[in-house]
Amino acid sequence: MPSEASNPNSSRFVGTIVLRVAEIFLKGANRKVFVKQFSKNARRLIADTGAELEVMYLRFLVHYPEGKKELVLDRLQRLFGLHSMSPAILVEKDIESIATEAMRQAKELPAGSSFKVKTNRRDKQFPLGSMEVSMEVGGRIHTELGLPVEMRKPDYEVQIEIGDTRSFVYTQTIAGPGGLPVATAGRVGLLLSGGIDSPVAGWAAMRRGCVLSAIYFHSFPYTGDKSKEKVLELAKHLAAYQTKLRVHVVHFTEVQKQLREHGPGDLAVLLYRRMMMRTANKIAQAHHMKALVTGENLGQVASQTLENIGVIQDASEMPILRPLITYDKLDIIAKAQEIGTYETSILPYDDCCSLFVPKHPATKARIADLVRAEEGLDVDALAQGLANDAEEIVIKA
Amino acid sequence: MPNRMAKPRQIYLDNAATTRVDANVAKVVSECMLETFGNPSSAHQAGIEAERRIKVATGQLARAIGDPDGSFGRIIWTSGGTESDAMGVLGAGRTKKKATKVVVSAIEHPAVKQSAAMLCELGWQRVELPVDGHGVATVEGVRKTVDTDTGVLAVMLVNNEISTIAPIAELAAVARAISPDIHVHCDAVQALGKIEVNVAELGADSVAFAAHKLHGPKGVGALWLKKGARIQPFWAGGGQQDGLRSGTDNVPGIAGMGAAAELASEDLASRKKRHKSYADRLVAACEEAGLRFLVNAADAPRAPHVLSLAFDACPAEPLLHVLESRGVLVSAGSACAEKSRKPSPVLTAIGVPKTHGTLRISFGRDTTDEDITFASEILTDAVRSFQS
Repeated sequence: MPSEASNPNSSRFVGTIVLRVAEIFLKGANRKVFVKQFSKNARRLIADTGAELEVMYLRFLVHYPEGKKELVLDRLQRLFGLHSMSPAILVEKDIESIATEAMRQAKELPAGSSFKVKTNRRDKQFPLGSMEVSMEVGGRIHTELGLPVEMRKPDYEVQIEIGDTRSFVYTQTIAGPGGLPVATAGRVGLLLSGGIDSPVAGWAAMRRGCVLSAIYFHSFPYTGDKSKEKVLELAKHLAAYQTKLRVHVVHFTEVQKQLREHGPGDLAVLLYRRMMMRTANKIAQAHHMKALVTGENLGQVASQTLENIGVIQDASEMPILRPLITYDKLDIIAKAQEIGTYETSILPYDDCCSLFVPKHPATKARIADLVRAEEGLDVDALAQGLANDAEEIVIKA
Repeated sequence: MPNRMAKPRQIYLDNAATTRVDANVAKVVSECMLETFGNPSSAHQAGIEAERRIKVATGQLARAIGDPDGSFGRIIWTSGGTESDAMGVLGAGRTKKKATKVVVSAIEHPAVKQSAAMLCELGWQRVELPVDGHGVATVEGVRKTVDTDTGVLAVMLVNNEISTIAPIAELAAVARAISPDIHVHCDAVQALGKIEVNVAELGADSVAFAAHKLHGPKGVGALWLKKGARIQPFWAGGGQQDGLRSGTDNVPGIAGMGAAAELASEDLASRKKRHKSYADRLVAACEEAGLRFLVNAADAPRAPHVLSLAFDACPAEPLLHVLESRGVLVSAGSACAEKSRKPSPVLTAIGVPKTHGTLRISFGRDTTDEDITFASEILTDAVRSFQS
């Protein structure tokens, strides 16, 4: 039975989730910072569930109240830096309580599953050694339930951890999202559209510790306000990983028209993209972002060539991160489905405006051609104007 | 870039999409929620009152559709136009054990087309009844498509995009002569309250209606089912509505639809005239402004509450957004295939050129002369900016 005494607040809680952190351990001197951010992020994610995080040195335990286990497990899937987690039951630190709980959990395993018992004994004062605990508990499960023991590749591991003040028992290990805690790497600006790729790129950047802001280019009336709603909906999905997300909405139409009229038709898309990059740079500088993130993917459409990527990069002083650059489309779709942005991304309110897109966009443009095409335009002032007039919307998770 | 901060007055000209609920109707709905809240199936007084409320509504709708005594058929209350269409096509088709073919007109609403597609899962064949260049289903078309295996024919009374009126009685008579056991379903969602609807003369076996097109609430509709016509219910339960549609009756919705139907028929004749004049004024304004445009289905019999205009060199959706930003709300219909959008089969059927963007402008009971003055100016202005 769960112990009431081992945890000071335990009357509120019915179970505990043991969290295992991923690369945080690799971080040597910075470890403290990472642990602090990880804990802060975890607390924020579970704040409204009534669950509580307990941190003891490098052990992270989430105690949850009745009826909240599934919700808390789901929330923790947004906790970057989390390698895996196990729903566990806390028990008294004596072999009888441990064995009884292990038996109870083993009874819930599918009939005929092979198993082994793995004991981790941190309290060296405990009267039995790790092996002895495993053998005692394993012996009972095997005799009473008839489950086969398998040491090398068991279907299930019944895990027992004996700590300084209490012990816990669990059989299930669920993979976490991995990565590094959000906010350990600094702020980046995601160029967010209504498509499938850019939300996934944003997710990937957050997974490596970045805090996101989003920048969206709106071309009303050529894209309707439903497109904007859709982008904000996608932003809401991403905000869930960091509780809020600021979206900078750039009203792009007038400048887009100027670019279309100014430059040769086949370069139009690249002229737009370079202007977007310049504008994003201005916004990023004003809002302490250290890099930009795009959903660009090599070769996905005819214009996503190395040449064109170079032409676009040329307009940006900041580094542009392209987390999806080598992905296959199907992998991007699978990830979008997994993180829940796919259904929103495929709503049909995408950029309707074929007016702005040339029939045959340049696939191997040269920077010199673009520079020539931009002659006579004060591109810097245009970008500054767009950045100044951008609308800011804060999306809460 | 239009100034999007200062919000101008809003003129709602999208009444074919939905309408604002009439204040009197809202009052009836509210009363049924707060006062007459009983379950019509209950044996006590509260139940009896609720049941009475449904009877009143049934009478109101029956009068509005030309079957005042209920002598020609019965009304089944549903969740709206889509369910009513599904009942009239799929529900009716399932009772036809020998039939293997369903014929639907080329310009049917998806509710009808997709219900017919579900009949195909039962091994039926779905055949399209072509329309003429004006978007109207013809007797010749029926002769070509309906045969002795045809179990269901579905033709809409007033089209939702171009408001053409189909000669249902004629088509039904021809179809019945070919296939005597045929079930003729008619989607009259865009017709009720816009033109005279007379189920006794219509020749259909089932007719679908929705409340929200006539200033009634969303989520309620009705199917009129002719005496002797049969449908198979979609689900079983408490056996309400003679087992044809189990589930506790939506008393507020039903009462609202009854009230809305009564209101709609009261001033129908004068409203039709008014809507016709609105359409004429808008067309005149476009002509005066020298715009390049077509009136879709100009020469066909049409319900007057919809005006479908195709503008040369105007992408429909951006045009819609420009109008929206200046306070005029309409719908877009496009014959050109944007990348993720399919062209409208209706506009394709009547041959609207791909270079033209179509707007559907639709009037309601609350549309005023002043609204049209305001909208004409904004419309001509916006189209001119695209065409120049």
